[in-house]
Amino acid sequence: MALAARGIDKAFAGVHALRGVDFEVRAGEVVALVGENGAGKSTLLQILSGSLAADAGQVRVDGEAVTFRGPADAMARGIARVAQEPQQCLQLSIAAAVFLGAELRRGWLLDDAAMVAASRTLLARLGLDVDPQQPVGSLATGQRQLLEIARALRAEAKVLILDEPTSSLTDVEAERLFAIVDDLRAAGTAIVYVSHRLGEVQRLADRVVGLRDGRNSGELARDQISHQSIVGLMVGREFAHATRQPRAPGEVLLSVRGLVTSAWPQARVDLQVRAGEVVGVAGLLGAGRSEILRALFGVDAPLAGTIEVAGQPLHGRGPAAAAAAGLALVPEDRQHQGLVLGHSVADNLSLPTLHRRGWRVAPQRERELAAHWCRELDVRAASPALRVGSLSGGNQQKVVLGKWLAAAPRVLLLDEPTRGVDVGARGEIYARLDALAAAGLAVLFVSSELEEVFALADRVLVVHQGRITGALPRDRFSEQTIMLLATGQSLDSDEVPA
Amino acid sequence: MKKILGIAVLLLVVVIATAVLSHDAVSGTNPFLSAYNLQNLCKRIGEFGILSIAAAFVIVTGGIDLSIGSVVCVAGCILPWLLRDLGVPALLAVPTVLLLTAAIGLWHGLLVVRLRLQPFVVTLCGLLLYRGLMRAFTGDQTMGLGTTGEGVRWLATGTLPLGDGFGLPVPLLVFVVVAALTSFLWRRTVIGRHLFALGSNREAARFAGVATDRLELLAYVACSLLAGLAGCLFVLDVNSAQASNFGNFYELYAIAGAVLGGVALRGGEGLVLGVVLGACLMQVLPNTINLVAGSNQLEFAVVGAVILAGAAVDEIVRRWLARRRPGKA
Repeated sequence: MALAARGIDKAFAGVHALRGVDFEVRAGEVVALVGENGAGKSTLLQILSGSLAADAGQVRVDGEAVTFRGPADAMARGIARVAQEPQQCLQLSIAAAVFLGAELRRGWLLDDAAMVAASRTLLARLGLDVDPQQPVGSLATGQRQLLEIARALRAEAKVLILDEPTSSLTDVEAERLFAIVDDLRAAGTAIVYVSHRLGEVQRLADRVVGLRDGRNSGELARDQISHQSIVGLMVGREFAHATRQPRAPGEVLLSVRGLVTSAWPQARVDLQVRAGEVVGVAGLLGAGRSEILRALFGVDAPLAGTIEVAGQPLHGRGPAAAAAAGLALVPEDRQHQGLVLGHSVADNLSLPTLHRRGWRVAPQRERELAAHWCRELDVRAASPALRVGSLSGGNQQKVVLGKWLAAAPRVLLLDEPTRGVDVGARGEIYARLDALAAAGLAVLFVSSELEEVFALADRVLVVHQGRITGALPRDRFSEQTIMLLATGQSLDSDEVPA
Repeated sequence: MKKILGIAVLLLVVVIATAVLSHDAVSGTNPFLSAYNLQNLCKRIGEFGILSIAAAFVIVTGGIDLSIGSVVCVAGCILPWLLRDLGVPALLAVPTVLLLTAAIGLWHGLLVVRLRLQPFVVTLCGLLLYRGLMRAFTGDQTMGLGTTGEGVRWLATGTLPLGDGFGLPVPLLVFVVVAALTSFLWRRTVIGRHLFALGSNREAARFAGVATDRLELLAYVACSLLAGLAGCLFVLDVNSAQASNFGNFYELYAIAGAVLGGVALRGGEGLVLGVVLGACLMQVLPNTINLVAGSNQLEFAVVGAVILAGAAVDEIVRRWLARRRPGKA
């Protein structure tokens, strides 16, 4: 038994997050921990990795009862957790970050050469082709997650806890991660795997442990694992995918010609989205998908190009001008770009539209707005006065969506709309987007999950090196075609213009 | 509110302790509670309180202004020059000084916003620059008002008599007005909300369409403008400014008052009421030391120790609360 927990209880201000939870993982085993947001997964992982102390119950490492004094203590006992949104020192070099807290030394001097060489080997093993002497900040979000895994490999962790490791990876990168997990398992590492993507769970897990409302909700052995059975553990009911309403697209609401982003100065982007249409943007990580959305919303100034919203050219620069013209962006990084985490749900919901009702803040109007959107989007918060950072990922994402829906946009841009969002909330967000399109919005979204693209989109644009390399209507959706276009290979058949 | 409760209790304790300790049983008098002392204390609270609000404006955006003392010096040297040497009427001279100091703030803001220089660097250089310029400008001569500015000096030395020999000093009233307006701006206007959103998370504020650059600029302008206002009050009050030491270290009193009052140095957090309490404490403490110890040699040491203790207790209480009640705003 590499790591075992028995009868774990944890309460915050009298509210039980965990009640008598049992969990164990053996060497050479991948155990998937599943549950809806708020089921207690994060709390359990924090207890297992020493970030939180349990109120009751026992944690054992290799059969020995332990009380962790902190994450470093757990790490020293061979337990490494790769957080969903890791905190990193962006100015450090990658090599320094890999060895942070366990620096290689020669005498009392740092042995940078050895750390760089060792980092290079570790990164190569993860298929991350970067120079270890570059700063961490130069890595994309997805790559930073791999860096965390490199840290765990460096520490030769006996137990590796992966919390939503693929949420910011593209399918290709995710596939590589699965291979790494397989390797580690074969090498005898115990792995705790948390993911909302059930396909991954089915692909990787030897055993599935479910949590629901802070209690164990059951366990599945390898041969019992199926989509249905996992969902059963999580929600205790069947989960129905949102069914798409076929719609006839209306007038062109978003028209982009010759857009050039600073990330890809050589590439021009042309695209159109009609009212009632949901267009997905697929492509590999770093292909320039987010950059297109950022340029459209004015977060980064485009180098060239014209943007028209409902036939009106977009005047002025910056997000304020874009929002005034009827654009809205649900950004990629909820915690840093989407929300002011230290502020309340209500303050976040009103932020983009506050100035539309004059120069004074009207608390009553604000409370009404908050109550309306919390109800409308089923944001599960005890009160809109709660700090938004205390909500689960799914509820936070609903707040981001709500604050922009309150602005009544014509064109909704979304970047990874369901990253780190549980199955239930994900379904609600899909249904909402579908309804918004039906109501005449133009929706343009970037997603690294093909499953999501297929579920939502009427049309897919594939981006490679900043260019749109293909546009596929719904009847031509296929994983293979998209992968071909995303890796820069052209199709033999004629392409549909974007 | 939790943070303010701590400072309010501390202030109350210090005031009561001083009143008790400074009581002279033999003569039956109490120098702390004397009308003269209280009036003087209130005036100082008013003058330095404006500086703390100035500092808070920049701190809530996550920045800092180290040049406040030197901007006070600029106002202190320029105002007498305008009034006495040039004979400019007071009604024109004071607004001119305020405009000049606001321009200094604009300059700081532009360097921070456009060139993306660190506020610490910009204002540290400002601290040196303005004092140096003023010393050269005045030739290290003491600047005074002479017989000019009789009327306008009421702003700094005037009182509203409340009876029993005590009058409410006008600078305290100016401070109360500034505090009330600032509080309204922060809590009840879109500008205030945006200012705090920017201080908490600049990225998210920008993504929400907040004009982050313009607001940051505004914060630096407000800060230097208020420092200029306080500088005018100081020089009108003492009627003498020596460029080499006028306003020296005042930025530290200003920042200490704001931080003591719960304005977080990381930005995005703070209440005007807290700044008011912090500014009060910053003035009461030296007064206490003077009266109780009979000399001011320990002044810096005691002020430093009390602020440190206050910050430590605040942090300990906050952690204790956080452990019991996670997630509450």
